[in-house]
Amino acid sequence: MTEAASGPGHYYVPHETHWPIIGSIGLFTLVGGFAMYLSDMPFGMVVSIIGLLLTLYMMYGWFGTVIAESEKGMYHDWEDRSFRMGMGWFIFSEVMFFAAFFGALFYARVYSIPWLGGEGSGAATHSVLHNAFTAAWPTNGPAAVGGAFETVGAWGIPALNTAILLTSGVTITLAHWALKKQNRASLVLWMTATWVLGVIFVGFQAFEYGHAWNDLNLTLNSGVYGSTFYMLTGFHGFHVTLGAIMLIVITLRCMKGHFSSHNHFGFEAVAWYWHFVDVVWLGLFMFVYWF
Amino acid sequence: MSAVIHDTDHHHDDHGPAYGWKRWLFTTNHKDIGTLYLFFSLTMFFVGGLMALVIRTELFQPGLQIVDPHFFNQMTSMHALVMIFGAVMPAFVGLANWLVPMMVGAPDMALPRMNNWSFWILPFAFTLLLLTLFLPGGGPAAGWTLYPPLSLQTGAAFPFAIFAIHLLGISSVMGAINIIATIFNLRAPGMTLMKMPLFVWTWLITAYLLIAVMPVLAGAVTMLLTDKFFGTTFFSATGGGDPVMYQHIFWFFGHPEVYIMILPAFGIISQIIPTFSRKPLFGYSSMVYATASIAFLSFIVWAHHMFTVGMPLAGQLFFMFSTMLIAVPTGVKVFNWIATMWRGSLTFETPMLFAIAFVILFTIGGFSGVMLAITPADIQYHDTYFVVAHFHYVLVPGAVFAIIAGVYYWLPKWTGHMYDEKLGKAHFWLSTIFVNVLFFPQHFVGLAGMPRRIPDYSLQFIEFNQISTIGAFGFGFSQLLFLYLVIKCVRGGEKATSQVWEGAEGLEWTLPSPAPYHSFETQPEVK
Amino acid sequence: MPDLTNLLENLDMRPFTTRAAACIGILFGATGTAHADWAVNMSRGVTPISRDVYDLHMLIFWICVMIGVVVFGLIFWSILRHRKSRGAVAAQFHESTTAEIAWTVVPFLILVGMSVPAAKTLVEMEDSAGSDLTITVTGYQWMWHYEYVGEDVDFYSKLSTPRTAIANIDAKDEDYLLAVDNRLVVPVGKKIRFQHTSDDVIHSWWVPALSVKKDAIPGYINTNWARIDEPGVYRGKCAELCGRGHGFMPVVVEALPQDEFQQWLEEKKAEQQAAAGDGADRLASVNGQ
Ligand code: HEA
Ligand code: HEA
Ligand code: CUA
Ligand SMILES: [Cu+2]
Repeated sequence: MTEAASGPGHYYVPHETHWPIIGSIGLFTLVGGFAMYLSDMPFGMVVSIIGLLLTLYMMYGWFGTVIAESEKGMYHDWEDRSFRMGMGWFIFSEVMFFAAFFGALFYARVYSIPWLGGEGSGAATHSVLHNAFTAAWPTNGPAAVGGAFETVGAWGIPALNTAILLTSGVTITLAHWALKKQNRASLVLWMTATWVLGVIFVGFQAFEYGHAWNDLNLTLNSGVYGSTFYMLTGFHGFHVTLGAIMLIVITLRCMKGHFSSHNHFGFEAVAWYWHFVDVVWLGLFMFVYWF
Repeated sequence: MSAVIHDTDHHHDDHGPAYGWKRWLFTTNHKDIGTLYLFFSLTMFFVGGLMALVIRTELFQPGLQIVDPHFFNQMTSMHALVMIFGAVMPAFVGLANWLVPMMVGAPDMALPRMNNWSFWILPFAFTLLLLTLFLPGGGPAAGWTLYPPLSLQTGAAFPFAIFAIHLLGISSVMGAINIIATIFNLRAPGMTLMKMPLFVWTWLITAYLLIAVMPVLAGAVTMLLTDKFFGTTFFSATGGGDPVMYQHIFWFFGHPEVYIMILPAFGIISQIIPTFSRKPLFGYSSMVYATASIAFLSFIVWAHHMFTVGMPLAGQLFFMFSTMLIAVPTGVKVFNWIATMWRGSLTFETPMLFAIAFVILFTIGGFSGVMLAITPADIQYHDTYFVVAHFHYVLVPGAVFAIIAGVYYWLPKWTGHMYDEKLGKAHFWLSTIFVNVLFFPQHFVGLAGMPRRIPDYSLQFIEFNQISTIGAFGFGFSQLLFLYLVIKCVRGGEKATSQVWEGAEGLEWTLPSPAPYHSFETQPEVK
Repeated sequence: MPDLTNLLENLDMRPFTTRAAACIGILFGATGTAHADWAVNMSRGVTPISRDVYDLHMLIFWICVMIGVVVFGLIFWSILRHRKSRGAVAAQFHESTTAEIAWTVVPFLILVGMSVPAAKTLVEMEDSAGSDLTITVTGYQWMWHYEYVGEDVDFYSKLSTPRTAIANIDAKDEDYLLAVDNRLVVPVGKKIRFQHTSDDVIHSWWVPALSVKKDAIPGYINTNWARIDEPGVYRGKCAELCGRGHGFMPVVVEALPQDEFQQWLEEKKAEQQAAAGDGADRLASVNGQ
């Protein structure tokens, strides 16, 4: 195979590592504690937070090790390609995770709500069980779960947020160009612009949540509308937050002079991730807010 | 495969395994991790099997004998979760770990640290899952499918089980990514895609399935979690949701999942049959395309598990036809195996015996699958023991037999010793006879109307249930023989040659037995 | 509402030792219970649909058997004739496009052949228009509720097998786990439309002889139908895991000739009206929660 032959001929296989086991214990404690908390057992939250700290420690240590190895020049194109594939497929798996929630949104809108409203095979459902219900979107269902609510319009903050994320997609590309030209000042500038935009996005989103929850009575409990709204935007917001943190780390690394014009997988991985978050948002903007 | 110029000189910084427990905890070596997976899987097989024995013992006799119905339901649910996520899937990942790098001429897996993590999440995830049996209200008891609203009635176990599933998903996705990266990035020069052994091909396709559907399962159970604890109403009509929506999302994962458990098995069988037929695999490329077609179709058949939920007619027709179609590429595989054996020079060592039993018994399971796909008939079959018989035929003499066949086949390569052939044959005959005693009668009780997931039944089902229970104990205890054989082979035995089997071809057989701790650090050239 | 308390509570209170002893007894084969004949196949049932389904089932079964004979025949032939110990030398052929096409096309055609009657039966099954009588069936953990729509008749139906039989204290009769306190009584020769729903979790109302199995889903109604040809008693079970009592919620349908059914219905009506006089909320609405 030609690609393999073009590598330096020796694939780097690290010999031992203690980070994964720490990560496993960390995740176990994190979710175990949270489950204890949900089941009203004592100390659940404390255990969970300990788990979170352990997990963060693992990530810090693991990424630190890899970054150090990378800086020592232990990785070449060959190893780099594995990392790229890893990141690419990881992002794909994230896409499928979101697909589950988009699937729920479409199913509710295209099937369950019309059926409850008496369309198609839902005729009997409607006439016997829910004859006071009219299919509509948004809705909180036949039992009007959670009480009357209003929705967040697409053309306020969400539109603004769309612009912000799209802009951040441009700035990170500018940063990439700067990196390729080895223009450190401009690289750091554009990177900073990107994560600042990210943080602004999250800030707006938090503000919008507060408004929706308190003033519009739109909560997780607002029927299937509230459920899909918060699940989709919530997981997205969480991913933006993670992405912003990763961007900050990369910015710091850029400031330290990591990455060469040729060798900058860490940068690109985060850039891909950022674009992914961006694309998911476009889906959200269209199907959650707009239509 | 094609001839190979093999380069044995090892790289200078080559070093052997660390000693003691640290070796297993911190290892990044694909062979160590493969071994860990395989032993973990065997342990879980016994745990899940023990639960099956509880089920079968209760069902030996009508009336409630040894367990409470609620505990019975926990056993059914846990048995399936443990077998699927703990026994079969890790066994295949273990085999992939051992074999994919050796088969493509790679020095190790592409992402060795992550490889360690994929494994070490598993014991923790299962601790979490099995722990739930001891919580107030017991473990999950709504079946492995966790349908709401019933699953929402689970007690304290609920969030633990959900998070365990999340962890299992993370582990599987990381494992799958590693396999894809290894196959695409670490093949030896000359090892083109269409020269890869079929085991590698089937695993590559399985890895795609895993990455595509495990996150969907994670999403589905996350929605269960929020429905229970955070007031959402995804699966409740009161808020405009639908319990059936869960089933759609679950089976979008669930059906590809069953092929995740069979495609690598197809791969193993496609390695073994040519070896013991002393004849190249018939129709290599059509085997590859058939595997890919099965994988593709597996995404568009999911609702055949839901023919009684009240889907619109068009939907039922679509899912019936698409499901029936899967018989075509699967048939292609079966016929290619037969054509491989045809006019070969067959010998019947234990791996070959298990492989032949696989082809026959899997096909029987496939036939009942096609019957289930016929919607009007499935109205009668659905949720009866006929379904239980179907899926155990494809899973036990299917997936599990393939794993066992694979272990016998490669054990000499791993340990450097031949296993005890006589005992191996005994293990084969005991397993094959008892597995049929165990599962064949379940077709009858199912057709006669015995629902699944019940701890007690009416009197016309007694005889076949008793036979089935006897088969279960027979099959279960036969597996102790397997355990003994494996341990014996690890500890010693007749020395194995590099090629081990007269007809074996492929890169792994060019390595000495046992395969050195680090293999192919300098990649071989494949012509 | 009638007594909805957990019908299985305290069912299994015998100490473990007793149970263990029972187990050992069983292992020595002392079953000592009366039982019906061995059953190895689906029943033909008593509705036009159930017969179609049965025929379909037998058709695909025999098709599979035939394919099986060919496939397994080839395998065994090869095992017997092409073994090394008989001196077989391996041929080296390893591909044939003709063969591949043949074993793709032939199974495909067989499947097409199977799908025609299958689709026909399915279309018939789904056509519940033009019914003579509508019954709403509601699943509860763990019993059924039947309401004759427009007739002011409704009642619950639950397992009547005594707990002592389940606990192996008393002998089991031939309707063990298949008997209920109030049967669903229906007329023969009429198209009966069922509306299935549930009050709590998903159940599934199944009567094999009618080839009717439909999930009862809370908040939704599923419909299907049956036209029963012969008077008789037809027994079935809940077919969707619904918790602890899932194995203990049978369905019993009694099909009566039209005039007897009418008589039963009048009696039931009168009985329920009388009861409604003193009882308060006897007529629990199906969806009332
Ligand atoms: C390894 C796992 C595995 C495999 C490979 C399969 C393979 C198939 N399965 Fe199965 N299935 C399960 C595991 C598996 N299944 C499980 C676990 C469940 C239950 C889940 C639960 O509810 O808990 C289930 C349930 C299940 C159902 C739902 C039943 C119900 O609940 O009512 C259906 C319905 O269509 C079905 C169909 C099929 C079909 C058509 C195939 C086909 O792929 C089979 C194809 C193979 C052949 C047909 C044989 C070889 C072919 C030839 C020799 C060619 C010629 C043949 C013909 C023309 C017929 N399966
Ligand atoms: C790969 C998956 C897999 C495997 C391998 C098996 C293996 C077995 N299964 Fe199961 N099974 C499922 C997947 C699997 N199953 C699924 C998905 C379901 C559906 C669940 C649901 O409805 O939700 C199911 C359900 C199921 C049922 C129906 C339960 C019900 O509906 O209530 C039954 C009943 O007989 C059963 C039996 C068995 C038996 C006897 C085995 C045997 O093959 C097991 C053999 C192994 C052993 C018996 C272990 C041997 C160990 C010892 C003998 C000694 C132990 C010693 C020590 C610990 C030192 N299984
Ligand atoms: Cu009701 Cu099962
Ligand atoms: Cu399926």
